[in-house]
Amino acid sequence: MEFTRKNRQLLSRIATNDRHGENSPYFDGWKAYDSNPFHPIHNPDGVIQMGLAENPLCFDLIEKWIRENPDASICTAEGLDKFKDIAIYQDYHGLREFREAVAKFMGRVGGNRVTFDPNRIVMSGGATGANETAIFCLADPGDAFLVPSPYYAGFARDLRWRTGVEIVPVHCKSLNNFRITRAALEEAYEKAQRSNINIKGVIITNPSNPLGTVLDKETLRSLVSFVTDKKIHLVSDEIYAATVFSSPRFISVAEVMQDMDCNRDLIHIVYSLSKDMGFPGFRVGIVYSFNDDVTNCARKMSSFGLVSSQTQFLLASMLSDDEFVGNFLRESSKRLAKRHHVFTKGLEEVGISTIKSNAGLFFWMDMRPLLKEQTTKAETELWRVIINKVKLNVSPGSSFLCSEPGWFRVCFANMDDKTVEVALDRIREFVLQGKEENNHEADKSQARAQRWRKQNLRLSFSSSRLYDESLMSPHMISPHSPIPHSPLVRART
Amino acid sequence: MVSMSKIATGNGHGENSPYFDGWKAYETNPFHPIDRPDGVIQMGLAENQLCFELIKKWLMEHPEASLCTAEGVNRFKETALFQDYHGMPEFRQAVAKFMGKVRGDRVKFDPDRIVMSGGATGAHEMVAFCLADPGEALLVPTPYYPGFDRDLRWRTGVELVPVICESSHNFQITRTAMEAAYEKAQEANLKVKGLLITNPSNPLGTIMDRETLKSIVKFINEKNIHLIGDEIYAATVFKDPEFVSISEVIQEVECNHDLIHIVYSLSKDMGFPGFRVGIVYSYNDAVVNCARKMSSYGLVSSQTQHLIATMLNDDDFLHNFIMESKEQLFKRHKYFTWSLSQVGIGSLKSNGGLFIWMDLRKLLKEKTFDAEMDLWRVIINEVKLNVSPGSSFHCHEPGWFRVCFANMEDNTMEVALSRIRSFILKNNESIVPRKLCRRSSLKLSLSRSLSRRMDDFMSPAGIMSPHSPLPQSPLVRART
Repeated sequence: MEFTRKNRQLLSRIATNDRHGENSPYFDGWKAYDSNPFHPIHNPDGVIQMGLAENPLCFDLIEKWIRENPDASICTAEGLDKFKDIAIYQDYHGLREFREAVAKFMGRVGGNRVTFDPNRIVMSGGATGANETAIFCLADPGDAFLVPSPYYAGFARDLRWRTGVEIVPVHCKSLNNFRITRAALEEAYEKAQRSNINIKGVIITNPSNPLGTVLDKETLRSLVSFVTDKKIHLVSDEIYAATVFSSPRFISVAEVMQDMDCNRDLIHIVYSLSKDMGFPGFRVGIVYSFNDDVTNCARKMSSFGLVSSQTQFLLASMLSDDEFVGNFLRESSKRLAKRHHVFTKGLEEVGISTIKSNAGLFFWMDMRPLLKEQTTKAETELWRVIINKVKLNVSPGSSFLCSEPGWFRVCFANMDDKTVEVALDRIREFVLQGKEENNHEADKSQARAQRWRKQNLRLSFSSSRLYDESLMSPHMISPHSPIPHSPLVRART
Repeated sequence: MVSMSKIATGNGHGENSPYFDGWKAYETNPFHPIDRPDGVIQMGLAENQLCFELIKKWLMEHPEASLCTAEGVNRFKETALFQDYHGMPEFRQAVAKFMGKVRGDRVKFDPDRIVMSGGATGAHEMVAFCLADPGEALLVPTPYYPGFDRDLRWRTGVELVPVICESSHNFQITRTAMEAAYEKAQEANLKVKGLLITNPSNPLGTIMDRETLKSIVKFINEKNIHLIGDEIYAATVFKDPEFVSISEVIQEVECNHDLIHIVYSLSKDMGFPGFRVGIVYSYNDAVVNCARKMSSYGLVSSQTQHLIATMLNDDDFLHNFIMESKEQLFKRHKYFTWSLSQVGIGSLKSNGGLFIWMDLRKLLKEKTFDAEMDLWRVIINEVKLNVSPGSSFHCHEPGWFRVCFANMEDNTMEVALSRIRSFILKNNESIVPRKLCRRSSLKLSLSRSLSRRMDDFMSPAGIMSPHSPLPQSPLVRART
């Protein structure tokens, strides 16, 4: 948005700066999709949306439940007598039944190893609002939070825009599967101190977006002990908790706290139903703090983004149906596992590896072998090819502040099975086309060609520049082996 | 001791204001006609509960408005997934249409300027974030809604500078008052970024006439500051003069449209505060874009967007609802103010809102805010009514109280009125002139049915026709 000088004077700094984040390239792919969206019949050559972490796989179960429970709505004959009371209910404590149902749901998602207190459930405008609210409660303008990278691109806006708070990334490396290490945290913290940056806390996303991995107990304990030592806060964004579809199981920070010496006043959880239930439109954000003052403050702030009482009422009913919830969680895991498997297997067959993951609505794809050079610029070029030629909107690692170029987040849950096939076909074609083109060239040198056919992954861009590479045997790129050191890509002119 | 933000540890949330003491009294001892007939009656809550039967009837006839009925469930998935901060087009169109209708179709609203927010609460905060930096100021005419202290200031760091309005002018905003406030801000080194008006007014229940609005638009245009018009009570205007929106006035007066913004909501006009439907409508493209991005922090639930879109797209229903709501509010307001006048209690002449601005100056021991607080505590603790003291609205003169009349059943209203009568009679027979005592229906017993009383009141022969102006309320004379 171009601002005239006049506008800059008329409006606030917040309104005229870039911290809303929408000028980030992350959104270019969306724009490409918006102007040419794939449709199996009407627009089969359009861009397939693989940049949206949505979970629409279990709506059949939800719709069935809706039909069987008309009293969950205030608009049906069965529920109408509640309409008035609900329509006028604006108490920022939230409907008691709603809080109880959400607390119970969060407990179940954590395998019932923790009991959540309904009186600590505070509403917010989606997880977007929840993260902003947490920051408003914990930090002043100019303060900073440590955030392990790669992290959700929206944090740049949610944590910083109106709060004036800064993010200090803690760069995690593919070398150890992007684990968050104590050493990395300490280093980032020290560095910030030396630059006079006041660190107020750490924000983690567990399960991780964009990695799709869960944090193990050891890492969680290490985080809790780190923040306790430094007397800083820990905000754990657990909005993907129920998307865990295979082992290891999800462990909430709430569970880890139970048998640790720590300062509970420093621990806060952000939750939402946008990913686990597939209800992003309903704007159900939750701030859950173990700190009474933060709970009270966040509750007052929730006035700026309460959950519609109509929606509270519906979800209170749905989430307190134990049988439905149990069935839903099981089915959701199953379907996510299946979809994840179809994709990762499909990719493996053409020699593309992903980080081993068991959660989330996406996988973290390793395209480093395809880069001209290990730079963000090369990553962006590759990304533009994927969007414009392969016609898939995937999200480049740089938009997640990943310190190593070549990684891409690819969402797999937000489409039907047919579209999955189309997407995989396009990838196969893209990869194989590259192999063929290289085989033409290899005819000039047969021995080399043989080796390529057997072992190597070759990709071409339709601009006909060729990239060769070596040593990428299918064995090394299995989804279940640790990420191999990526061979350097050697560009050929 | 764990460190939190300054915002979190300060008092900017405003809940330590006395405005909330009455609420706390109510919450610990709420009135219920059967279970708790001696409890505190809530008259501090500006809610519109008078038209729910009409709404329920409509819902029964339109099952497709819900995602949970057989007729609507096929839309469930796409709606549950819809999180686009532009909002559903049908929703924006319906709201734009409703806003136009409420202004007699004298203005057309553009659906593409409709931006969602977390209720009017979220809308106000969002507008402040867009227009002003921390430390900058907005002018706000007094008396004003106490929530503004939180909504406009708390997390934004923006300051509020009062524009003093006085009873001698019926609390109308004058050019002089605006200039004075602007000067005062300058002297205090506060950069004024805008003026916020609430029209119809909370707590006054009055509307601004065209001349006043023009004067306001000219003022902000000259000073090159923003005008924010909070019009959330627009459809509660229940009798003439008609409501005039700033959206109309800017069609008649030369001004920079980039300075004009409206805050709207369905909480008061429709009676849906629980649904959190806040709207920011700006004539400034940059503000629309910025506010739209910010709306991510408080979008309207898509389930609710769907319901509202269906409801407000029904022209017949809209028309009926607006008419019925006006009628109910008119009747309730008329009866309430008339009953009060019978015991010598006056209120500011008003034709909108869900409350009256009651004049109890004559009951004050002395013309101070301390005396107002004393009187207020008596009203809460002895008369057991939660009314809101003028000081909580930053009123410049003590003795005024906002009393809500639309948030209760007819029976509860009768109980409230009888308590007021008893209080007045017990404490100060001389407050009510003897002739009024004898003539009036002070000896009404509660056993008299409401309907008979209402019939007397609404007789066509009497002065109580809906089309005659409210009689001037007699001054109440306090005696020590």
